[in-house]
Amino acid sequence: MSATGIEIPARAAAWKLPSRGRVGMLCLILAESAIFAIFIAAYIFYIGKSLSGPTPRQILTVPIVTSVGLWLSSFTIHWAVSALAKGKTALFAALWFITLALGAFFIAGTAREWRHLIFDEGFTIQTNLFGTTYYALVGLHASHVIIGLLALTVVMIFALFGKVKPEHHERCEILSLYWHFVDVVWVVVFIVVYGLS
Amino acid sequence: MASESIPLTLHKNPLSVVYEWLATVDHKKIGIMYIVYALLFLVVMGIEAILMRIQLAHANSTFLSPQVFDRLFTLHGTTGIFFVAMPILFGFGNYLVPLMIGARDMAFPRLNAFSFWMTALGGLILYGSVFAGGPLSQAGSAPDVGWFAYAPLTSPAFSPGHSTDYWTLSLLVAGVGSIGAAVNFVATILAMRCEGMTLGRMPLFSWMNLVMGGLVLVTISPLTAAQIMLMVDRYIGGHFFDTDAGGSVVMWMHFFWIFGHPEVYVLIIPCFGFVSEIIPVFSRKAMFGYPAMVAATVSIGFVSLGVWAHHMFTVGMPSYGNAFFVLTTMVVAVPTGIKIFNWLATMWGGKIRFATPMLFCIAFLFQFLIGGLTGIMLATAPFDWQLGNSYFVVAHFHYIIVGGILFTIFAAFYYWYPKMTGRMLDETLGKWHFWLFVIGFHLTFDFMHVPGLLGMPRRVYTYEANRGWQSWNMISSIGAAVQAIAILIFVYNMVQSYFKGAPAGNDPWDAWTLEWATTSPPPDYNFAMVPAVQSRRPLWDIKHPEDPDWKYE
Amino acid sequence: MRKKTVRSWLGFSALILAAIFSAAGAAFADSRSPDLSPTNIFAPDSTPAHSIFRVSMFGLEVEGAIFVVVFSLLAYAVVKFRQRKGDDDVEPAQVYGSNQMELAWTVLPVLIVVVLFLSTAQVIHRVQDAKRPDDAIQVTVTAHQFWWEYSYPQYDFVASNELHVPVSDPQHPTPTYLALLSADVDHSFWVPRLAGKTDLIPNHPNSMWIDPQETGLFLGQCAQYCGVQHAKMLLRVYVQSRPDFDRWVHEQQQPAVSDPSVAAGRAMFQAKLCFICHTIRGTPAAGKVGPDLTHLMSRDTIGSGSVPNTPENLRKWIRNPGTFKPGSLMPPQDLTDQELDQIAAYLETLR
Repeated sequence: MSATGIEIPARAAAWKLPSRGRVGMLCLILAESAIFAIFIAAYIFYIGKSLSGPTPRQILTVPIVTSVGLWLSSFTIHWAVSALAKGKTALFAALWFITLALGAFFIAGTAREWRHLIFDEGFTIQTNLFGTTYYALVGLHASHVIIGLLALTVVMIFALFGKVKPEHHERCEILSLYWHFVDVVWVVVFIVVYGLS
Repeated sequence: MASESIPLTLHKNPLSVVYEWLATVDHKKIGIMYIVYALLFLVVMGIEAILMRIQLAHANSTFLSPQVFDRLFTLHGTTGIFFVAMPILFGFGNYLVPLMIGARDMAFPRLNAFSFWMTALGGLILYGSVFAGGPLSQAGSAPDVGWFAYAPLTSPAFSPGHSTDYWTLSLLVAGVGSIGAAVNFVATILAMRCEGMTLGRMPLFSWMNLVMGGLVLVTISPLTAAQIMLMVDRYIGGHFFDTDAGGSVVMWMHFFWIFGHPEVYVLIIPCFGFVSEIIPVFSRKAMFGYPAMVAATVSIGFVSLGVWAHHMFTVGMPSYGNAFFVLTTMVVAVPTGIKIFNWLATMWGGKIRFATPMLFCIAFLFQFLIGGLTGIMLATAPFDWQLGNSYFVVAHFHYIIVGGILFTIFAAFYYWYPKMTGRMLDETLGKWHFWLFVIGFHLTFDFMHVPGLLGMPRRVYTYEANRGWQSWNMISSIGAAVQAIAILIFVYNMVQSYFKGAPAGNDPWDAWTLEWATTSPPPDYNFAMVPAVQSRRPLWDIKHPEDPDWKYE
Repeated sequence: MRKKTVRSWLGFSALILAAIFSAAGAAFADSRSPDLSPTNIFAPDSTPAHSIFRVSMFGLEVEGAIFVVVFSLLAYAVVKFRQRKGDDDVEPAQVYGSNQMELAWTVLPVLIVVVLFLSTAQVIHRVQDAKRPDDAIQVTVTAHQFWWEYSYPQYDFVASNELHVPVSDPQHPTPTYLALLSADVDHSFWVPRLAGKTDLIPNHPNSMWIDPQETGLFLGQCAQYCGVQHAKMLLRVYVQSRPDFDRWVHEQQQPAVSDPSVAAGRAMFQAKLCFICHTIRGTPAAGKVGPDLTHLMSRDTIGSGSVPNTPENLRKWIRNPGTFKPGSLMPPQDLTDQELDQIAAYLETLR
């Protein structure tokens, strides 16, 4: 572009834009929140409307231990990322591993709960409206946890080979946003399923 | 101004060209693939429309069986929304947004390619259904539940076989593509603008794509959720929409329209962007009321999320429920009207050049006004109790989709084809296209309102002779033929101009936004040097150094 | 060249507008005439339809005024501000906006919205929340793929496909209240001259009311896509004087005519399993899948309004309903000519 004596206004402050990875992850979280909102709406709408079969009160036990574990993992992943930013890669790896373990523990707990419900109580997605909405909602959340665990595992493997460096802390932070999202969703689902019903 | 870009590739063998396109992550190539894909499906849905109009031209016609007709209107609607309108708008957005904001590509080029191919796959799945299952003469196993697929018509009991599953699966896959594209648009616009381009200085087309992207994120996902629920019902015995188990089919309607209504704003908002770029250039004036346009668009985005049940006025919601949705639906007309007035004010006092892009935009203003007014009619719920689910509604939404969206897409073609190909489209053929299409459009869709007012419901494969609907239907059918001729002229224009069109140069329209600051077509890297801008019209500043925009903004 | 373009543009648009307005005008001139169409929404004959008509007319006036104003501005701008020959080089004055104008064309539309909303809300309330008087006729409408079932709980009988209601005197209204149910998928009850449409949705009972003020036959059809024969799920509402209606009720309440001369046909009806789907009161046939045939010959049409009820059509229908309604849920019947004759003869006695 040729410039011929154009007046240029005073230079503004240094040009700063948000990071595209962060914006991208927040967009994904927004879209996923909308999907969860619809499943939660269906669950709430159908409370008390099943024509037959067990009610939540009769059949559910509150998974408090695994849930607390999952929520704790938000703290551990946050500390892990801070540690990485400060260059403490060993601490990062340890905390990252604990996060992974707490997430896996949550999934194992869900699996146990479902095994009991399906095989001991005979309660399935086909049983009644409660069954359909319960398994769909909790299952949707669990699948998101599993995807998160896969991502965390990939990072764990890189960390074990010493490939994760302090300059990667922002990428890990963006991944941790997803993990926090999964935890916040569980707060809502927990209240709706085990609290409201 | 960059000089003619040196062709970086010399004579290439065809296979490597194919590979180059299949494996590309360049936003311009992906944009063109979206557009070409959509144009192919535009022809397909046009053929579907012509077949239906032949069937409806006479009462009690036997040209098509009811089964085939039902598949045709389902395919026509689904194709039009998901495999024509959305891809073509993603295509233009993909091509233009990085250029307009002075970026070298979208934020996530590989996600970009992935999103396109997912959308493409969705279309293949949907049309695969035509060749699967039943005989081809009966349109195979194509879905026949209407594009909004109300429960319980979609339940296994009333939709045996897999036709509904093709509908569900194709849209799930395409939905993933749409969400990916939306993530890309939002991230690109927020994070990749060139220096000096604050949000308040970016072209309105860019703003529109930002709002559209945000809207897609919260709009497509409810549909995805509803379709997962439908698949749970159909495949693993769930009861989401199973009335025998106490389920609610009205819930499907709510979830679908929570998607379905904002979706139409997803479609029209980028078109507002086209108009907001073209009208100023051909009126030779800056866009009037840029901040108001931004505010209006953002409010349309938000309010559109709260109007969905105006598609359900006849479903039996309580009176205060109906009244609420009347109010929100009418409220969304206010920012829409503001935009129309701002476009008019842009033209006011200008020096209007009636090139083909501008002709299509002026027709858009006229038709969008009418379509908006019939929309207000439908928003008055009692009137909708008569007109809902009738041909009046079909006329209304085609007025917006064809008269609004498609007209502005044509305008966009004539305006940006030179940038994409380096050649001008032929103006004479363009005017033939325009006038024939205007005549055909009005023949079909103006007169289509009348059967609705006279009691004709939609989705009927035929009708009784004693209803007084036949002459109006005949006129609509004739109009369809005229539109088809116009489209053929358009396609011919595009093909012929590619080889024989006048060279365009960088800036054939004397425009003001950054895409006109590089060659036509742009080099792979878009700009030799990433520009820095000081106003909304960087090229105006360069062309009018004595009177630059940044003095007034 | 440019002047010609503009003039021809104006000419064309004038032509198109003239066509639109004359069509609209013609529609409106006769618009209130049922001769234009028996299902003309602008020929209301019942209070809900009248209320809708009035609020729609008001709305149309407002919308028409908006159209005239905005279109005039557009047409004026296109003519007055076109680029003229020899004027190419100087750009016009650049105007970036005006807060006063933005305010004006925000406030004015908001006021219009308020007015339209209030007038609309009023009619919604008046129609939907109307109190049902004690002497209203009650009919339970159950929609099926692809026919209509009418149960009169006050009179303890079930009719099919042709709804009879008494005429209502505007001074002393005797409305008919319709409870709306569905046996399968979504349908919609739309008789434009009598009321707006209301949907019939499984597991979601609805209701509507009509008070037709003239006797006669009112037509309509299902208005929510319900499957392959949605187009032929027609509605026929017979509005009768009170004495005629009472006589019809009395006839419908009787069990089926038992004519000994068609005993063979009656036996064939059982033998060929017709009773699995159809009810004929006073006989063992009590099927609920298809229409009640107890007083089949009291109806003008068969096939839910789509076919005149003549002996020849009845035979064709029984042999294969698909000849009239391809995709109808009644399957073709495997009958010899003699069997068909006997059954048809039997049905023709069911007045």
